[in-house]
Order: sequence, then structure tokens, then C-alpha cells
Amino acid sequence: MSHNVFAPWDDPNAVPLVEIRGLLKRFGDFVALDHIDLNVYPREFFALLGPSGCGKTTIMRMLAGFETPTAGTVKLEGQDLAEIPPYSRNVNMMFQSYALFPHISVADNIAFGLKQDKRPKDEIAARVEEMLSLVQLGKFAHRKPHQLSGGQRQRVALARALAKKPPLLLLDEPLGALDKKLRQETQFELMDIQEKLGLTFMIVTHDQEEAMTVASRIAVMNEGKIVQVATPNTIYEHPNSVYVAGFLGEVNLIAGKAHRLDDHHTELHWAEGEPPLRIDHPLEGTDGVDATLALRPEKVSISHEEPQAGLCRVQGTINDIAYTGNLSIYFVKLSNGVIIKAQEANSRRLEHRNYTWEDTVWLSWRPTAGSLLLQ
Amino acid sequence: MQKLSPFNITALTLGFAFLYIPILLLVIFSFNESKLVTVWGGFSTKWYASLMQDKAFLNAAWTTFRIALVSATIATVLGTMAAMALVRLGKFRGRTLFSGMIYAPLVMPEVITGLSLLLLFVAMNVTRGFWTITLAHITFSMCYVSVVVSSRLHSFDVSLEEAAIDLGCNTIQAFFKVTLPIILPAVISAWLLSVTLSLDDLVIASFTSGPGATTLPMEIYSSVRLGVSPQINALSSLLVGLVGGGVILASIISRRQISKEQH
Repeated sequence: MSHNVFAPWDDPNAVPLVEIRGLLKRFGDFVALDHIDLNVYPREFFALLGPSGCGKTTIMRMLAGFETPTAGTVKLEGQDLAEIPPYSRNVNMMFQSYALFPHISVADNIAFGLKQDKRPKDEIAARVEEMLSLVQLGKFAHRKPHQLSGGQRQRVALARALAKKPPLLLLDEPLGALDKKLRQETQFELMDIQEKLGLTFMIVTHDQEEAMTVASRIAVMNEGKIVQVATPNTIYEHPNSVYVAGFLGEVNLIAGKAHRLDDHHTELHWAEGEPPLRIDHPLEGTDGVDATLALRPEKVSISHEEPQAGLCRVQGTINDIAYTGNLSIYFVKLSNGVIIKAQEANSRRLEHRNYTWEDTVWLSWRPTAGSLLLQ
Repeated sequence: MQKLSPFNITALTLGFAFLYIPILLLVIFSFNESKLVTVWGGFSTKWYASLMQDKAFLNAAWTTFRIALVSATIATVLGTMAAMALVRLGKFRGRTLFSGMIYAPLVMPEVITGLSLLLLFVAMNVTRGFWTITLAHITFSMCYVSVVVSSRLHSFDVSLEEAAIDLGCNTIQAFFKVTLPIILPAVISAWLLSVTLSLDDLVIASFTSGPGATTLPMEIYSSVRLGVSPQINALSSLLVGLVGGGVILASIISRRQISKEQH
């Protein structure tokens, strides 16, 4: 890996900004966080991703100081946060509901934290001005929050949270209330702002596309545990479990028994009377272990003719076709009843399509395309 | 909107007539020239003028207003605190009992409240007068305040307070800089409600007052026993105006608050 790539998590000498060790949180009998260990490095855009109730918001609220750990430590810049009350932490949060103060103007909302810190008046004025131009709301400085649109309120909330230049900014589902188009635009703005200011952002979201777009690394969570922490690329291409594979994007799962071919190759026996599927990856478990092959639909090709040698192949009949405009997704039923999705870009017009319902077709993919998952 | 049928109009008219004709008569006869209460003798404001010279009336009015203002203010502070505790502390042991006890005085017969307070004051050997009435009024106004304020707090987004804390406020600063300004309309209408409740209370005031501390409702009640005079009509009309004004103002304030929230 070259030196220009931003990857402090691979550098053993990098000092993390946030260090979470053995974090445990119980609400009564319910375990919200189950022994979380996590490092977040300076200038990262870190995403906590998971379904609702997985504990992602609890981690964030613990960093902000609104929840206290049952056990474990949370450190920011090397300092244990347990000793610091929420109002003197070097952390600011952008709330899901934006939580703009309705009784004061946009400019006063942004100045709120600075005034609380008793900064000099001219410094506050300059900082508010800077923040307003950062989020392009200069004209709206004297409006009240209820006179703004949803997108504008979101920007005010961001500007207010950034005004104190916190080393760590927490964003709780920051784009959840926006419509799809505005959300996509805002994702890029968030990334620009984060890069421009050189701060560390930590975002909580249940939207996998959003996490993939903005984050430098993603922690996928489920039931109070972190299942995998990695870059979006690794999480998508090399998920470590069926849960992660299924949570991010579309995936085909073929279950079977894995047998070791040699040090670098594995075979998956997935159905009686069908040739095994080759996987160019060493088997990490014992020979004959139950395993699942996870295969992204866009990596599966469809053809009438038998695919060339060296590719993994299965045969089946087209059960359904989903046409989404830019893509066609073929649902192909295999001999054992499993349905595999194959996705093709519609580079030609629909009327030139070669495949139709009940056609017998071949599906093929490279032996390197799939991931073999043992859990 | 549904059209009003003749039946509905009749029912509405009869209902309002039943409610307001007595008060309307009272107000009309307060402008009566004649000394006879039930005979119209022409328009005059002389009974209002004579009120202004009546020393007993002026004393009672002064006492009543002081009690109303002091008791409403203290009740608003205490009631708001109670509402904060009930809404914010979540589920603590005995919460249901505590909230039930806050609301109980609302349905308690006034005679019972008055009597129990009288017994307490006698047992404590307190000289009854201005302060005992004020204390009594605080106890029942506080319940109304906590009902009004806690219903506002239920719709209050707690993340507003968290945002204030996140930006550097401690809990007390967050309350005064963010929570209070936002719930202020509810607090003001609760205060107005307390003032009007104190102004028109007769039963509890009679139980807890002492020599030298007579409120307007007590003054009216005692002079009616000697016969209804047009002067009393005038006094009562003034009181109706005050109480009505307070209640209307309180409802306008909370109405405006609701329309603001819906933005």
C-alpha cells in the first residue's frame, strides 16, 4: 500500500483519537452494548452502521456523555471521558431531530456554544460568519428555525455543532429526515466539509448506501456487538459473516460443505449430483465444514452458451426478471431450488434483450469473485 | 364544516342562555340608576363611583390582588418544578403515587381543603390573615400549574436540552437558556390561571382568613347577607371582567403556542 493512502488503522504507530475498550452497557436486563472495542483515528469519517436497536446510538450518546458505561472505558485524545461531564467534553453532536433552539435566530443558534464558552464578541461574530458561509446560509442569519426548510435546518444544525471546532463531531442519522436526492447531495457536502476542516466525524446510520458513500471505515453492528470494522470496499467485497454480507447490498448465498483442495483453493459441495464450486481462497475451517458462498449479483454473468473453462458455473431456469431501467436482474432457479440473482447493466435497449422467462441459462463467475463464510 | 341545523342552533342558544343570562343580568343591573336591584331606573355608573369611595371595598381589593399575585407567582415556580420532576425523572419508585397526589387537590372538595388547612394553622398556632390565605392558595394553584406545564413538557423534545448541554451548558443553565424560554407561554398561562383561581376563591379563603384580611369574594358574600345592593352588582361585574379577562388571555397564549409548534 502506498504512503499516500489514508489508512492510519494499518499503521501500528498511529495514535487513535477515540479508544473504546471493553465497553458494556446494560439497561436493566437488556444488554445494549456487549464488550465493544474500537479505535477511531484523527481525520477519519467513521460510520456506525446497523439496524435500529443494535446499540450504535448508545455508543454515540456515551461519547457525548448522555449515557454512562456499565463497564469499560472510553478515551478521547488519551483522556478517560468518565471524569468529564458532557458540557465540558471536546465533542459536539448533531442531533437527529436537529434540536435547533426555536426561540433564537439562526446566527444565535450557531453562536450558542461560543457564547457559553465566553469567547470574545468579535471572535464569535467572525466564527458565526465563517460557519454561515461554510453551509451557505449567509442570507438566513436572522431567520428563526421554523422559517427554514428541512435541508436548511440540517445545515444550521451542522454549523452549530461545528462552531466550536470539536476534534470529534458526532452525527446521529444526520440525513434521515431529508428526501433521497437532497440526501445524496448532502453526503458529498458533508465529506467536503470534513476534509476542509480536517476534523474527525463519527456518523450513526442505518442506511448502508450512506455509510458506504461517506465513510473511511464502517463498523457493522448487530445486537450490541461490532461484527466487522473495515473500509467500505473490504466490507462489501470481503464480508466476514453472512450477517454483514446480507446487510450491505444484495447478495446470493449458496450453502454447502467446504472441502480443502490445496493451500489456496477450496471446493464447495452445494447440491447432490452437481459439480462442486471452486473458490480461490484457503479454507480457514476444518475439512467438510458447513460454509456459505456469498456472491454479489453484479459479479454473476448470464449466458445461453456454456461458459468458458476456468469459471465457476451453475445451470438453472429464469424464474423472474426485474427491470429497474438501468439494470435487469434475473432470478434464476437452480436444481436444488435456490434462487440466484444475476444483475446485468442495460447497455442495450430492452427490446434487444436475449433472455426471457423459463429460459434455461448458465450462470458463471470467477473463482475469486465470491467470499466463503463460515458463520 | 358541518352546517348548523335548527336543532343545533336552538340547543346552543339555550345552553349559552342558561350559562350566561344570570351574569348578563348582574352586569346590566350594575349600571342601574335605581336603588332597587330588580327595577330598571335608567343608565348610570354611580355605583362604580361609590365603590371607589368605599374603604372596606378598597381594602378587600388590595388584599385580594396581593394574595393573587404572590400566591400565583410562588405556585408557578413550585408547580413548574413539580412538572419537571414528574415528566423528566422517568420511572422512579412511587411515581404514580406522587403524580396522583399532585392532581388529587384538583378534585378534593374545597370545604375539605379549607377545613384541613384551618386545622393545620390552628395546630401550628399561626396568626391567620394574609399569609395563611396566600399559603392556602399556593397549595391548590400549584396543582393547576403542574397540570398545564407538564402537558407542555410532554411534547418538549428532550434533545433540545441535550443540545444545550452538548454546547457547554450545565443542567441549570440549559433549563434557563433553552427549556424555560420555550415553555414560557405555558408557564405564563399557568400563572394567569392561578391568579384567576385565587381571585374568585371564597371557600378556602373564608376558612383560612383572619381579622383584617378580607378578600373581595368574602366581602361580596358577607354584604349579600345584608341584602343585595347595586353596589355589589358593580363589584361582582368588575370581578367577572377580571377573571374572564385572565382566562381568555391564558387560552390565547396557549393557542398561539400550539400554532407556533405546528410550523
